[in-house]
Amino acid sequence: MNRISETFEKLRKDKKKAFVAYLTSGYPDLETTENLVLELASRGVSVIELGVPFSDPLADGPTIQEASQKALLNHVTLDKIFSMVKKIRRRTQIPLVVMTYYNPVYQYGIRKFAKKAGSVGLDGVIVPDLPSEESGGLKSALGRYDLSLIFLLASNSPPDRMKLVAGESEGFVYCLSHIGITGTRKGLGQGLKLFLGKIRKITDKPLVVGFGISRREHVREVNKWADGVVVGSAIIEVIKANVGKKNLTRKVGDYVSGLMGTLELMSSPKAAKRIREARAKAKEGEIVSFDEAFG
Amino acid sequence: MLPDKKGYFGFFGGKYVPETVMAALKELEKAYLGAKRDKKFQEEFRYYLSQYVGRPTPLYRAKRLEKKLGGAKIYLKREDLNHTGSHKINNTLGQLLLARKMGKTRIIAETGAGQHGVATATTSALFGIECEVYMGTEDIRRQALNVFRMKLLGTRVIPVDSGSCTLKDAINEAIRDWATNIETTHYVIGSVVGPHPYPAMVRDFQSVIGKETRKQILKVEGRLPDYLVACVGGGSNSIGMFYPFMRDRVNLIGVEAGGLGLASGRHGAALLRGRVGILHGTLSYLLQDRYGQIRETHSVAAGLDYPGVGPEHSFLKKTGRAKYVAVTDREALSSFRLLSETEGIIPALESAHAIAYAVKLAVKLQKNKIIVINLSGRGDKDADIVSGELDEPHK
Repeated sequence: MNRISETFEKLRKDKKKAFVAYLTSGYPDLETTENLVLELASRGVSVIELGVPFSDPLADGPTIQEASQKALLNHVTLDKIFSMVKKIRRRTQIPLVVMTYYNPVYQYGIRKFAKKAGSVGLDGVIVPDLPSEESGGLKSALGRYDLSLIFLLASNSPPDRMKLVAGESEGFVYCLSHIGITGTRKGLGQGLKLFLGKIRKITDKPLVVGFGISRREHVREVNKWADGVVVGSAIIEVIKANVGKKNLTRKVGDYVSGLMGTLELMSSPKAAKRIREARAKAKEGEIVSFDEAFG
Repeated sequence: MLPDKKGYFGFFGGKYVPETVMAALKELEKAYLGAKRDKKFQEEFRYYLSQYVGRPTPLYRAKRLEKKLGGAKIYLKREDLNHTGSHKINNTLGQLLLARKMGKTRIIAETGAGQHGVATATTSALFGIECEVYMGTEDIRRQALNVFRMKLLGTRVIPVDSGSCTLKDAINEAIRDWATNIETTHYVIGSVVGPHPYPAMVRDFQSVIGKETRKQILKVEGRLPDYLVACVGGGSNSIGMFYPFMRDRVNLIGVEAGGLGLASGRHGAALLRGRVGILHGTLSYLLQDRYGQIRETHSVAAGLDYPGVGPEHSFLKKTGRAKYVAVTDREALSSFRLLSETEGIIPALESAHAIAYAVKLAVKLQKNKIIVINLSGRGDKDADIVSGELDEPHK
């Protein structure tokens, strides 16, 4: 069992919902990404998705497209991301998943990619342009290192595909809030309840909903039916608004705490002290969990 | 018969797309396989090809060009004489008929040179379906005439200013649109690229080119040609020409965009200089860096300015059934002028690539050899570019 399954098992036991945060690796730079991962881990985020920048991100909206472009200008590569993960892993046990288009993985070499991902301490991989039909090679390579291959599922998939994809997905099933690409939206897709209900009948794997979630009320609404949410573009927008500012990581952390509904908890003087202590410990290389930070 | 059930031509092809698109590909595949066997559909397709597009297009012997070169016999398959001025309409007509059959109410397309955009806009107008075309801002700049034509036909042209602002980026944006509006919208891909079933379907619609050529050459020459020469961007006009000759002893030659020269790195020669990779839903040769990031390409011909190529071409290259070469911008421009002056035919800059190679080939061959060049489009759209590149008329 890897960190993803352990995390979801614990959440289920504690009757809690997952919060998955997406970051584009290397936006605005790799050092900031590293700091953000640690910040978000200390805020109680359950899983972090690390986006691998790609020149042609055709499942992404303008926000992540732009972040990817900037990261590519910083010459971010898979190897650099692996090194970053290795460093992060010394300081937190939060599950880390890479989200990458297939071509960079294919060029790296599927086996080499899996081996390296496993050795630096990644836990899973999401490949938005790799449907389950084409994923056999990658899946078996990842399996050797106990890495999960997580699939996306959309409400327009016919029943036989839902069964196939939900069955193949490992760790959790990434369900799309609406049909389309990543990016923030005002409202959520209709029929989400019905869609999730259909998948529930097929699988007992955790269902995590992503695409277009940017507000506390979205999170609350989705969590009525889902086991958690993924927030991506909205976080990238907060990063963008704070690029170059000293308190960028804290701003992003506060935004995420706000989405999780724990911001007030976080801003109490007692909590602030605990977070400071947890951060100091993390800096010294100790593993800090959310529970430790909040007693 | 290729592709296989999973959409592979040997090692190449497949369906590498987001999950939201998978169901639509299945639906399309079903409709397309049904249409292939449906006599009524085929009849309707043939009707529009002959009455609307103006097929069959002539196979014209370019005698003055032959005389000038003093080598092989040269025939031009006049796809430039199709309605809208290129081979693209063979495919858009087929796909529009399919879209109608599937009950889609909205059409989207990408375009590079604008020929596919114009063909899609035209066929959408013909069937009264709403149409939007994605086009890179760089291409909008260099193909202004076609942008105007599309607008005239009632199509909205949506500028794309990401990446290199050319065909590749227009395809990204069209796929994003499709993934969002999948229930109402059919995406008319303009070449033999993209996920299965597009490469096979577009080939089948375009193979009318080769079928006619076969009949026509047998009629005038009593035998098959020795060489077929066609340009390759995504590769639809060339596959359309090659496919009906696949089992014959005919040399198939695809001409890629050599741009400023293969050594310069600024070209569009995916088959000659690419490595196998995945882009736009298919596994094929691809121009990319060592990390798998897609490289920017260059060609004076917007329709060849693309980092990928159809998977069937990759298969034909790998098996050696077809041979691929490249000619530079400069060579294409000079044959653009050559054909205009010797035959009174202004070719599209894309097609001028095929002519440039055929010219080099013809002079080396004996007089009894036969070359057929696919003249995939006419060059009116390129007048601006060419007048900028060719400073003075030929003496």
